[in-house]
Amino acid sequence: MKRASFSNRDLIQRLGFSLLTLVALVTVLPILAVVMYIITEGAPAMSWEFLTAMPRDGMRAGGILPAIVGTFYLTLGTAIFSVPLGIAAAIYLSEYARENWLTRIIRIAIINLAGIPSVVYGLFGMGLFVIFLKFGTSILAASLTLSIMTLPVIISASEEALRAVPQAFRTVSISLGGTRWQTIRRIVLPQALPGILTGVILGLERAAGETAPILFTGAAFFLPRLPGSPLDATMALPYHLFVISTQVPEMPFQIQYGTALVLIAFVLGMNIIATVIRSRARAKRQW
Amino acid sequence: MTLEHVTPEKLMAENKIVIQNLSLQYTDGTESLRDITLNIRANAITVLFGPAGGGKSSLLRCLNRLNDLTEVKVASGKILLDGENILDPKTDVIALRRKVGMVFARPVVLPMSIRQNLTYGLELAGEKRKSRLEEAVERGLKLSALWDEVKNRLDDAAIALSGGQQQRLCLARVLAQQPEVILLDEPTSGLDPISTGKVEAALQELKKDYTLILVPHSVQQAARTADFAAFFLQGELVEYNEGKELFTHPKVKRTEDYIEGRFG
Repeated sequence: MKRASFSNRDLIQRLGFSLLTLVALVTVLPILAVVMYIITEGAPAMSWEFLTAMPRDGMRAGGILPAIVGTFYLTLGTAIFSVPLGIAAAIYLSEYARENWLTRIIRIAIINLAGIPSVVYGLFGMGLFVIFLKFGTSILAASLTLSIMTLPVIISASEEALRAVPQAFRTVSISLGGTRWQTIRRIVLPQALPGILTGVILGLERAAGETAPILFTGAAFFLPRLPGSPLDATMALPYHLFVISTQVPEMPFQIQYGTALVLIAFVLGMNIIATVIRSRARAKRQW
Repeated sequence: MTLEHVTPEKLMAENKIVIQNLSLQYTDGTESLRDITLNIRANAITVLFGPAGGGKSSLLRCLNRLNDLTEVKVASGKILLDGENILDPKTDVIALRRKVGMVFARPVVLPMSIRQNLTYGLELAGEKRKSRLEEAVERGLKLSALWDEVKNRLDDAAIALSGGQQQRLCLARVLAQQPEVILLDEPTSGLDPISTGKVEAALQELKKDYTLILVPHSVQQAARTADFAAFFLQGELVEYNEGKELFTHPKVKRTEDYIEGRFG
């Protein structure tokens, strides 16, 4: 009798575990499916010409170089604005600010910024940067718009990384005659850096893949040359993908999937770099 | 105070630190020190002991103004170090902390090499000369009796040292700065008896040149190490005397009860 109930329980437990494993697998499935599908459909389009030539024939032939370079510039521009600002804000919140109504407001603002739909950022960027500040539809305006969208991600990740550095390091450094800033620069920041970098890359990766924020602020429908200055408009991978998938009749299937493959490789590549940095830092961490 | 154990040298020695009517309250309303008056001799080990929450650590953290980091609401009274009131808002706390070093209960080595741990404080102070830094490394490690164990691996990560070695490294790090006073907050609480013995032996050597203030981790350690001993209970200084006298003939009943293990 007892034995039977035990094996019953055992069976239920096993069933439960199997079910949970299945659910976990289901979450992996879509990403695997998407990546595999895009690779198989997009791989035939891959060629040196596709990656390094200008589009020809109304984008139906040739390469996607301006879109690749454009996305690279936009990501770089976003990094230039959002990384220093984001890290500085995180240092303020984690190391200097006391808990009071002001920091509470800042935190609420950060959380809410992260929740705003990206198309709203696009409209806001158009109003502020393109029209009011007269930057025009440009890499500058688009980078600034993407920066605002990326900031909350960078701030939250950096603040978390800074807070993870043991308080005892700070106390010891101060007790040895260090100032607050010396302590931050020599101990806290270096220790938090891998975590900060991971957050930065994940934030930029999201910016690289966005379409809506650059739609009205910097993306060009078709521009068969490389941008020459930050005030030029540019093609970009996500927007180019949207254009050739919906706006160009008789578009070769291959080029669409080839473009998707390049975009996904760009974003996944950044993701892999972030993962490598994180796991290396964990192995080396001395606390 | 009976003076039979006091050598002429000790009588000559000045009071390094004079604490006058020190009271301390934290912002959450808890009071940690009530009207403490206490003279601390140079070149001796002064032990502050008593049950947890008695205010010993709070007092230590006043002496290098580390309390500035926590939310202290009221601090009244004076602490004179070589005649200067260090609680004065105009005090240069950075210079103070170089002069008054501190070793914590849990050894916290900084995430860098053994050598860098020792030179950290000096580099913060702007010392760049290699010879001076080398000298400081050697001095600190020798004084804390760690030199022979680590001299061949100064560039290894400090975290690889054993717990006892780490705590002596923390002591060495303070000594490398050539402070005048060293505060020790239960420096042996996490150590085995052998490591504890090494630290205590190092302290006995150090008192020739430094003023040591120790919060011990047990009454036994207090009795073993104290030249002077102060018994703290719930923020009050109950009794202060020469160590041997206090542990053999306590004058106050509460001190006697605590020493004999009737509470605590």
